[in-house]
This record gives sequence, structure tokens and C-alpha cells, in this order.
Amino acid sequence: MIKTTDLIQISSLNFSYGESEIFQNLDVGFSAGKVTAIMGGSGSGKTTILKLIGGQVRPQKGRVICDSKVVNHMRHNELFAHRKTIGMLFQFGALFTDLNVFENVAFPLREQTALPDAAIKDLVLLKLHAVGLRGASRLMPAELSGGMARRVALARAIALDPSLMLYDEPFTGLDPISTAITGNLIRTLNDTLGITSVFVTHDIKASFKVADEVVLLSRGCVTARGKPEDLMESTDPLVQQFVNGEVDGPVPFHVRSRSYREDLALVQSENLK
Amino acid sequence: MTLFKTMLSKLGRKTIDSLWTLGVASTFIFRVIARSSIVIRRPNLLVAEMHFAGVLSLVIIIVSGLFVGLVLGLQGYETLKRYGSTGAVGTLVALSLVRELGPVVSALLFASRAGSAITAEIGIMKTTEQLSAMEMMAVDPYARVIAPMFWGGVLSMPLLAAIFSAMGIIGGYLITVVVIGVDSGAFWSQMQASVDFHHDILNGVIKSVVFGTAVSAISVYEGYASVPTAEGVSKAVTRTVVTSALAVLALDFVLTAFMFTGAH
Repeated sequence: MIKTTDLIQISSLNFSYGESEIFQNLDVGFSAGKVTAIMGGSGSGKTTILKLIGGQVRPQKGRVICDSKVVNHMRHNELFAHRKTIGMLFQFGALFTDLNVFENVAFPLREQTALPDAAIKDLVLLKLHAVGLRGASRLMPAELSGGMARRVALARAIALDPSLMLYDEPFTGLDPISTAITGNLIRTLNDTLGITSVFVTHDIKASFKVADEVVLLSRGCVTARGKPEDLMESTDPLVQQFVNGEVDGPVPFHVRSRSYREDLALVQSENLK
Repeated sequence: MTLFKTMLSKLGRKTIDSLWTLGVASTFIFRVIARSSIVIRRPNLLVAEMHFAGVLSLVIIIVSGLFVGLVLGLQGYETLKRYGSTGAVGTLVALSLVRELGPVVSALLFASRAGSAITAEIGIMKTTEQLSAMEMMAVDPYARVIAPMFWGGVLSMPLLAAIFSAMGIIGGYLITVVVIGVDSGAFWSQMQASVDFHHDILNGVIKSVVFGTAVSAISVYEGYASVPTAEGVSKAVTRTVVTSALAVLALDFVLTAFMFTGAH
């Protein structure tokens, strides 16, 4: 499921954490300039894809190509140069708890540029204004709500004007208003900055509203890739189960085990009779 | 026979695991040292960590040093009184502190106060993905976070040990000279005559540098290697304190054997 126009191409990829296999011969791509949602059950490897793109983990086999460069073959300095073009929003923001909102957003600017303080101040306030939190610049992370923290983290992620934005579970734990704000920000930033966005989520409603394309992962490979409306109309039972949130189906409710009768020792007691 | 085999196998497994951990920890520390140029390029990071590890440990070091000096003075006076040489109490207090108690006790206190805090801070940064966020901003956490913490600890430790010893000597002076009435001149002159700069003070400083390096290395490694959960961080903090205490005591024995035995 790779197109030649994809900015990110993951091909023939095998990945496992120790004994636990996550991907087996994974082929998937993400379109340039689009917002793509990666969906799938818990443990399906959604976040791992973001880590593979950012070079935080390396596959046992296969290639992760980003903007024609093979990420998993990059050396330390190349990897850091690659990361300067990426902004990443972590699941719970990952704000530096000892720095206030302003300093959190200023952090990548101070570390990666030699801009004077006045320019950094202006840039930080611009980024905070974009996420609607210019007025919260002096607050500490502990004083922010979950939604506000996520927006500060978003302002920090776009501080260096990345060409690729990665979002890890951006809607988790947010109230409906914050979810709508975050979804709207993902869409607006992608369109106004002309970047590529990839986000991982379980939230069907929010993601289908924001995404141009959806990739559905299951059992270590891609089950479906297409526009949200295509997935809604898919006849694939796995896609239907996921989209409609059905309890049982191709993904079974019960974890594989011995028969219920055997576990309850009914067979043994019947034999004794 | 089977039980013996099982025990032998477990022992072998534990030995291999321990050697593996030692190898991983050594690689980690070499990597930290290799990325340490940042503490010269940006000394403000080092100063902040010295404040965190050193200045914030001052209260416990000063109070403990004072009490250790008071006890040493009291015990020393009671013992020396039997031999009619109470004037030597200053020498006893100073040598005990400068050679042994200063470096060792301040290292143990440093491990409990600053070492545990360093491990907890790095562990929590890992748990809350702050280190991952830094990596994704193309900022190397080894250089930006770990190296300044490591060197902050290494440099703070000898200063804390010196303050501990100084406070201990003041404590000894207060109890023996001011309270008990030992001659002040004898207290200071005998101390001055018996404490050698190279043999006693410099060796004490070397000890505290070695202890500071060991405790700081253990603290940063345990934090970075901690399992990113609440339980994982709490276990890492415990390991820091226990391992540091054992390392300090073992290193003290080795260093003492080299420094203070033989001709002197």
C-alpha cells in the first residue's frame, strides 16, 4: 500500500520488541501534504510507526524512507538533522515540568538556533497565539488543563517550522471542546503551513473529520488505506468492526485460550461421575 | 543433583546478567563523558546542576558534619582523658574527618539526598516522555540533561566533603574547647602539626572525587535505565541509594588500603 507520491514510504518492514513481534513485512506510505490518520487496536503498532519515522527505533528488516532518505540507515548527525524537519506531539504533551509555557516553546529555538532573545520572544508569542494560548505564556505546566498542555506542546512542536508533523494520540483524554480544538488545529496547521501530518488515534469521529486519508492497522500489517468515506463504505468485516466499534468479529472478544469447560474443570468432574 | 544444577544455572544466569548490566552501564557512562563538552560551552547548565546537587545538599551536610564533630570530640576526649593527652583531641577529630568520615559520610548523604533526586528526575523525565521529546527536537539528552547532572555531582562532592569536615572540626572545637575546657592552643597547634596537606587532605579530596564520580554515575545510569513506570522509578531510586552506599564503602576500603597503609 505504497504510492510513488508518498512522502514517507515504509517497505518490507519487520519490527519486534524483544520476543513480541509488532510488524511482519509491513508496506505502508503517507501522502505528502495530506493529513493521514493511523488507526488500529491497542498494541497494533501505531505509535511504533511514528517512532520508526523519527528514527527512535530501528527495524530488524526493511526500510523507512522519508523525503527520499532512508531513516533507519542514518548516522547520529544525519538523524538529528532529519529530526529538525519533524515536529512531534506526544500523547500527554511531554512538556518540561521545570519550565513555564513560554520557555517550553522557546526550548527548541534556544537549542537549535542562534536567534537573539527579542526574536525568540516574538516567535514564541506567534506560536502560542496560533494555538490560542498567548495569554498563558507565564503559567507552569502543572497549572494547565490536559487540553491546554497538548496545545502548548503543539506550539513547541511547530516552533522550528517543521515540514512533517507527527501526532501521538492527540485526542486522548480530552473533552469534546478540546478534541474539536485540537482536530481543528491539526487541519489548519497542515493547510496553512503546507506540511504533511500523520496522527495516531482511536477516535473514529474526530479523526474522520480531520483526516484526508486513513490507514487501518491490524495483526502487524495494513488492513485498509483510503479516504474516511471509503472506509465507512468498506465491506471488509475487520474495517466494519473497527469503524462501528463492534465488540466481537474478526478481532475476537476473548483472548485465545483452552475451552471454557476445560478451564472450569467441568470435563474432569464429568469424568469422575 | 538436579537441585544443584538448577542452583548452578541460576548463579550463572545472575553472573551473566550482572556482567551485562556492568557493560551497559560502562558504555552509558563513556557515552555521557563523550558528550560532556557542553558543560564547557554552556557553563550555566553545569552551575544549575551544581546548585541542584550541591547547594541544596548544604543543610544536611552542615548539620550532619556539626553533629559528627560533636560526637567525635566527646568520644575522643573521654578516651584521651585516660591517657592524659586531651590536647590531642583536635588531631583525632581532624584526621578522622579529613581522611575518612568527611568523604565517606558526605558521600553517603550525597547519595541519599542528591543521588536519589537525580535518579528520580531522570526517571520521571523518561516516564513522561520528556527525554523522547528532546530527542525528537534533535536535542541530545545525553549532552543536554545527563552530562551536566553527572559533572554537577562529580564537582559538588569534594566541596561538600570539605564543608562537612570543616563543620565537624568546628563541632569538635565547640564541645571540647568551649564546653569541656580543653586548651584552645593545644587543640589547634596539635592539629596543625599532625595533619599533613598531601598525605591527609589531598588523599581525602581524592577519595571524595572518586566517591562523587561513583555516586553520580550510578545516579544518572539508574535514572536513565529505569522502567518508565511509577514502580520502576521508585525501584531505581532505591537501587541508587543502596548501590551507591555499597560502592562508597567498598571503594573507601580499597583507597584506604592504598593511601594510608605501609610506611606512614
